[in-house]
Amino acid sequence: MVAPAAASGLRDGLIAVVKRECPTCRLIVSVLGELRANGAPVAIFTQDDPEFPPGLSPIDDSALDASWSLGIETVPTLLRVEGQRVVARAEGWQRDAWERLSGVTGLGAGLPAHRPGCGSRTLEPALRDVLATRAVAAGDTELRARPITLGELEDPIEAAFARGWSDGLPVVPPTPARVLRMLEGSTRAPAEVVATVPPDYAECTVEKIAINAVMAGCLPEYLPVVIAAVEAACTDAFNIHGVLATTYFVGPMIVVNGPIAGAIGLNSGVNALGQGSRANATIGRALQLVIRNVGGGRPGEVDRATFGQPGKYTFCFAEDEAGSPWEPLSVERGVARGASAVTVFAAEGPRAVVDQRSRTAESLAGSYAACLRTVAHPKLVGGCDVVIVVSPEHGRVFRAAEWSKARLRDELVRRTTLPGAEIVQGAGDIAEGMPETFATGTWPKFAPENLLFVHAGGTAGMFSALIGGWIGRGGSRPVTWEVKS
Amino acid sequence: MTERILLDPTNERAPARRNRAARPVSLDGKVIGLLDISKPRGDVFLGRLAEVLEARGHRVVRFRKPTYTKPAPPEVRRAVRDGCDVVVEGLAD
Repeated sequence: MVAPAAASGLRDGLIAVVKRECPTCRLIVSVLGELRANGAPVAIFTQDDPEFPPGLSPIDDSALDASWSLGIETVPTLLRVEGQRVVARAEGWQRDAWERLSGVTGLGAGLPAHRPGCGSRTLEPALRDVLATRAVAAGDTELRARPITLGELEDPIEAAFARGWSDGLPVVPPTPARVLRMLEGSTRAPAEVVATVPPDYAECTVEKIAINAVMAGCLPEYLPVVIAAVEAACTDAFNIHGVLATTYFVGPMIVVNGPIAGAIGLNSGVNALGQGSRANATIGRALQLVIRNVGGGRPGEVDRATFGQPGKYTFCFAEDEAGSPWEPLSVERGVARGASAVTVFAAEGPRAVVDQRSRTAESLAGSYAACLRTVAHPKLVGGCDVVIVVSPEHGRVFRAAEWSKARLRDELVRRTTLPGAEIVQGAGDIAEGMPETFATGTWPKFAPENLLFVHAGGTAGMFSALIGGWIGRGGSRPVTWEVKS
Repeated sequence: MTERILLDPTNERAPARRNRAARPVSLDGKVIGLLDISKPRGDVFLGRLAEVLEARGHRVVRFRKPTYTKPAPPEVRRAVRDGCDVVVEGLAD
């Protein structure tokens, strides 16, 4: 929620804000007269007709400066000012509240006890944008980010490129109005510090995340997911600094679970890992823009990736929980069922598992294991996480066989446990491989906790996807973080 | 909607006002580019400047925009960027 900065320099007494267009405001004109007649010092601001209410010397607020500063959302609003600060307010007509605020009893005899008001003109969408811009220029908001004033002839999208704010694609210009609208997507205060973002170790506020979410193209309702992703990525366990700095391919991938995924239209179905969904595309991008702009993590500087991968622009999708043979990823990782959560994962690009023949879980697990062996290198074992995205047509096979995730995980660990003679350096005439100490015995390529399963994808296609993690031996672990409103 | 004011998405450790590229302390050993934007008599001015600079022992490279009415085409911008250390542009007639 965003409120304007506390209006200062107010005179002690009462303030009423009204507009003639509002029937409740017209109804309580007599009450305003009674307050004046009882000697209550009441200043009346009028939002539309400067002559309304007639005979009560209203103050013209058709420019809405006072209404904006006072944070008026409803007319009529009655405010009590003490010590130059608003100490109480009543929205709409409520006899008991108005009497309490004014200290005058018997107000509005003959009127109903309550009557709701109308929307303040400050909330009209077009006006709100103008007011937000004006307020930021005047320093009259809770927003603390530095305003950048562009030149008369400067194109705002080109200006964002020129200042280095972009990931290479155009960004939505982060105007004050857009940022204020974005902040309405979260109940958290704009100034709340959410995380410390490497490599600059800069404090990141909700406001800074909102600015970058605007640039990424997010809708306000996506903001809680972006905030959770930033919180998760900036934990010691995930280690975004290492993920950023490594020469390896990885970038942060976000898997979303829980009711928020459907509510904001995240895709978990056809083309779940691809393009075309605004929520998928912009949430992943917003996280990367926060790392770039707040953290200062830029390719060629701290980001030393040899190749990177296309998912470093954006990589976010939801789990198809309803169609899954298993409990959701977030539930398996300790989040209550029904709560929303993100899991961040240091991801390389997806690789295909094609298996159109297996009708038994054993056979399909064999295909998974054969493909899993190639992650990083067929002769390297240990320390690498993998997300296995199981499609509906493959999920059906495991459901029919009543294989739990734990069963599948154990089978895959067993089937990717390799003889040392095959993986030692030089074996198969390949220099790459494990050191001489691995030459005898057998060695698991994965520990059980290295294998994560997510159910997603279109209903046609007997494919799954493997998404390899960072080979940094525990340099980054997947982190699951609850989404708060 | 006005887009004249943008809110800074960065950690604000760099100044909002961007600095110009640093000016060389001396022209010694520098290749000096002269960019003619095709304004009338700009070539005369730059030609005289080239004589003066070359008389002082500087190396001068000439560039020319096809027309002053449009931004320099990419190949001219690239040639200027890669071909000299400092550039002098004749802007008006």
